[in-house]
Amino acid sequence: MPESSVRLSVRKTYKLYVGGKFPRSESGRTYLVDGDNVSLASRKDARDAVVAARAAQPKWAGATAYNRGQVLYRVAEMLEARRAEFKALGVKGSEVDAAVDRWVWYAGWSDKIAQVAGGANPVAGPFFNISAPEPTGVVAVVAPPSLIGLVSVIAPAVVTGNTVVVVAGNPQAAVTLAEVFATSDVPGGVVNVLTGHAAEIAPWLASHDDVNAIDLSGVDDGDLATELERAAAGTLKRVLRPSSAPDWTADPGVGPMTALLETKTVWHPKGF
Amino acid sequence: MTATATSRLSGLPDSASDLRTFLHGLPGVDKVGVEARAAALGTRSVKTTAKAQAIDLAIRMVDLTTLEGADTPGKVRALSAKALRPDPSDPTCPPVAAVCVYPAMVPFAAEVLAGSGVHLASVATAFPSGQAPLDVKLADTRDAVAAGADEIDMVISRGAFLAGDYGKVFDEIVAVKEACGSAHLKVILETGELATYDNVRRASWLAMLAGADFIKTSTGKVPVAATLPVTLIMLEAVRDFRERHGRQVGVKPAGGIRTTKDAIKYLVMINETVGDDWLDPDWFRFGASSLLNDLLMQRTKLTTGHYAGPDYFTLD
Repeated sequence: MPESSVRLSVRKTYKLYVGGKFPRSESGRTYLVDGDNVSLASRKDARDAVVAARAAQPKWAGATAYNRGQVLYRVAEMLEARRAEFKALGVKGSEVDAAVDRWVWYAGWSDKIAQVAGGANPVAGPFFNISAPEPTGVVAVVAPPSLIGLVSVIAPAVVTGNTVVVVAGNPQAAVTLAEVFATSDVPGGVVNVLTGHAAEIAPWLASHDDVNAIDLSGVDDGDLATELERAAAGTLKRVLRPSSAPDWTADPGVGPMTALLETKTVWHPKGF
Repeated sequence: MTATATSRLSGLPDSASDLRTFLHGLPGVDKVGVEARAAALGTRSVKTTAKAQAIDLAIRMVDLTTLEGADTPGKVRALSAKALRPDPSDPTCPPVAAVCVYPAMVPFAAEVLAGSGVHLASVATAFPSGQAPLDVKLADTRDAVAAGADEIDMVISRGAFLAGDYGKVFDEIVAVKEACGSAHLKVILETGELATYDNVRRASWLAMLAGADFIKTSTGKVPVAATLPVTLIMLEAVRDFRERHGRQVGVKPAGGIRTTKDAIKYLVMINETVGDDWLDPDWFRFGASSLLNDLLMQRTKLTTGHYAGPDYFTLD
């Protein structure tokens, strides 16, 4: 190799994460974010992501809680290993630590949330009456830009068996996190990441008949949030809209998990 | 070959060996060319009002099918009701072309469909393998017609066809056509078992010469069902057959067509290959079950402006 030759750098295109793969947008569009080329998702990418999320949901919810916990713990391991990449994207080391810790914390809840959110109910009759939480289904998430915020909206949804379609707030961090999922044992379709403009994609998710809940934590624009809430009402979706800007570093409690759970109650005769 | 059989081969020499000579004299299919052509036609973009029209046409072309061992009278009645009103929440949604069931289920579908204009098709002739004696196949056909079926989907004897016994296949189709009486006869070639595109072309011609009203790709019971290239070859065959014999024959791809996108690819292909004459439920059908729900979801998307979900449509 001649002395004078300069190595050409291999620049990364940040693509979508749908159904366990990294496709470009079907529209072929890209946009620049801080000098990086990023796929610009269209409504059809959102539709495809919902199809992928719906297809993955029954099996993910049907996995044992212990198994889901193991898979999520594996995500934390992989996240830890990609520390340098997140740092290169400008995420502080302390925030990566917090994100890993938050993820592990949620992973631990997988086989404990049922005891907290469900239980045996005393009833006036010779019956066992048992309430058990079940995942809401496919959850659309408009994610906040910070890594800790992103982790704090994805983890509580998927730990209980929901699958998510995430509209990224910070495209590079979200796609890098998607690479973490792709190299963990998270089944394809459980987490899907769209990069693009929330104002363009989110209304299609909010009105989509096959989306069961929408989390608006990352929507800054009050008018857009209201419009999304209104669109979501058409199918009686669960809507999570924080009343004030959330403090992602604070202890989240079980609220973010229980918000995306439905309660099933069964009666069983005691017989004696 | 029988006298009736040969008389249908108007313009052709009348013996089994001549039939063989004719079928093997058909030009060979350019495999790479037909696949490239089918793939190219599949890239057309059909949007907005054209898409809405295509969806409604595709719905009107669906042969809503259930061919399971587990079919019950109740399921067949429910399916027939769906055929009449595919989207009960929207009266502008057209009915499908036909319901397609096993012979034993024909009476239950007939109860619901009587007088509605929706056709009632029954598979017959020892569907799906076709491996039964001819008199059993004929009895199967006559029973289905007697029970109320006005369209019969028969299978050819692939064993005989692949062994080169074209005369036997021909005579069977002729005999079944007679047993059908006034009912329309669709001949299933089971292209997934015919191995080559040349055989698809030969089987298409054989079926049409023997009197088929429709040629149909597949039973849906073997791994390879309807594909675009196979349907393209069959469309070319019906076009050439009409040119030569003046009789129009319909085409029905069946099995494996599940999405609106797929269905529209077929419509584009008809338009580009055989033209408007076949863009009609009388001359083109989709043999499908899950396709209808996808068409309905796309239709709902266009009418309501937001994406529809499978929870809002019946499973069968």
